Amino acid sequence: MIPWRTLLPIAAAIVLTGIGLLSGSYAVTVLGFAFIYTIFCTGLNFFMGYTGQASFGQSAFAAIGGYGSAILCADYGWGPLPALIVTMVISGIAALLVGYPTLRLRGHYLAMATFALGLIVYEISIEWTSLTQGYMGYSGVPPLSLLGYELGTVEQQLVALLVLALFGIFISNRLRQSRFGRALAAIAGSEAAARALGIDIARCKLIAFVIAALYASAAGSLFAHFVGFISPEVFGVTMVVQSFAMLYLGGIGTTWGPMIGAIIVSILPEALRGLQEMQDIAYTAILIFILIFAPRGLAGLSSLFARGKSRKLEEA
Amino acid sequence: MALLSVQNETKRFGGLLANDAISFDVKEGELLAVIGPNGAGKTTLFNVISGFFPPTTGSIHFDGRDITGASPHRVASSGLIRTYQLVQLFKQLTVLENVEIGSHRVTEGGVFSALLRPPSMRRQEEEVRATARELLRFVGLEKQADMPADSLPYGRQRLLEVARALAAKPRLLLLDEPAAGLNMQETAALAEVIRRIHAGGTTVILIEHDMSLVMQIAQRIVVLDFGRKIAEGTPDEIKAHPDVIAAYLGGTETLDA
Ligand SMILES: Nc1ncnc2c1ncn2[C@@H]1O[C@H](COP(=O)(O)OP(=O)(O)OP(=O)(O)O)[C@@H](O)[C@H]1O
Ligand SMILES: [Mg+2]
Repeated sequence: MIPWRTLLPIAAAIVLTGIGLLSGSYAVTVLGFAFIYTIFCTGLNFFMGYTGQASFGQSAFAAIGGYGSAILCADYGWGPLPALIVTMVISGIAALLVGYPTLRLRGHYLAMATFALGLIVYEISIEWTSLTQGYMGYSGVPPLSLLGYELGTVEQQLVALLVLALFGIFISNRLRQSRFGRALAAIAGSEAAARALGIDIARCKLIAFVIAALYASAAGSLFAHFVGFISPEVFGVTMVVQSFAMLYLGGIGTTWGPMIGAIIVSILPEALRGLQEMQDIAYTAILIFILIFAPRGLAGLSSLFARGKSRKLEEA
Repeated sequence: MALLSVQNETKRFGGLLANDAISFDVKEGELLAVIGPNGAGKTTLFNVISGFFPPTTGSIHFDGRDITGASPHRVASSGLIRTYQLVQLFKQLTVLENVEIGSHRVTEGGVFSALLRPPSMRRQEEEVRATARELLRFVGLEKQADMPADSLPYGRQRLLEVARALAAKPRLLLLDEPAAGLNMQETAALAEVIRRIHAGGTTVILIEHDMSLVMQIAQRIVVLDFGRKIAEGTPDEIKAHPDVIAAYLGGTETLDA
């Protein structure tokens, strides 16, 4: 019933988590980041891959989630789950307010507007010290807890992050295979044609942008709980660059690309650590190598095995 | 009452009068052709009718409602569907997926129904797919259903665009030079497709340079030249119309059909 293309990545993620759990807490931390980024990139993929729009400002929503959860939990004693949900709602509203005017812009204007958004939130997180404690960062964020049960160890949290990442992918895939998802694909393909078929482009883009913001916000909250500490750098430009690398490497516009990319970009530098000063060169070389031989990303490679059958390009 | 009524429609681009006080009506179930030399303002007329440009002056009524200046997706939602002179396909998607997207106007559901997938939604999805396959059969593309749209030869891409427009169950279908770039067999096949769309009760406005196609299938013809309507009538009337003959003799095209 469930196709191997779905089962295989799930199985691989579970096996990888198992290996991580057996390899000690450092590996667990690295994988935990990978799964948090999976969630972030799955949202980004919604807006950039499925809808074909560019946003350089998703880190802003991760910051809202991260700082919101940190403040609500550490200062006001909220539980992580209600904080996660409330900050997602706040991020969603922020995305609506920001997206409504900017999504009417096209192409690089939209990209620039979103980039500015990321920078503004970054500046706020530095300057508004009474709220964010500036460069000092915010510490003492409690670990995740679910239904009153605190996930005290990183190992427990890793399993929770895996489940949440898979859940996020499930939701995104379900949304995509629908009338709404088709409308997004239409916009990515040809706005002129989409419009001529009665698709409300501004509205669809706005919804996709909000969805991406919800994912980013959740990723930010989860980061705060997983690490217990956040600072402005966490949600800076690096986050944007990192997530783009993941998205393109894993395969933009594919279901599993965000996860594949997030895992590889997270693990690769660790695996290359032994090379010492050659590390950065080797890392870059491998990324370029992948992009040359799999220009549609690693997830796109699975279509090689599926040749001959109904070649649904986007379903890798 | 007319299904579409264009009244005194003028469209100015800076100093250029692309459409100059054009008026005509289209009755429900009619097949009207719009002809005229290159640059006469035919595509501009379509753009104005379908909401892509607001007219400078004048009005457009569709199904008794004033749609002047309404946004394209609203006009399309009300059942007025246009195709493009230069094909606009969703190139990365398969042929079948292209047609499925066409069903947007006649289906329902947003984010929540996508997540919850109630039985009605699943039924709708099955219908969307079945209708898409049926339409591909209708235009003779059923064998290419799973190919990427941009891998089709140009003539077939045009047919795909027509099939996609039909998935929206148009009440009025605007076809902008659907035969451009087609060879003789393809044009003949297209003529048959248009005839059957019309026979099925859909009102059609056709812009076309291929005169033999126009004279064969159009019930009435509107002729534009330099943005103005210079003639309107049956194919026989148009062939004999002195202004039309003059307009075409002045240009490179002929009315031989
Ligand atoms: N968006 C625009 N901006 C400025 N001028 C335009 C625009 N669209 C069309 N025009 C001009 O309006 C005139 C009519 O163009 P239009 O495309 O409507 O002609 P047409 O009858 O469709 O010609 P063809 O048979 O070549 O397709 C032309 O002179 C064209 O250059
Ligand atoms: Mg034209």
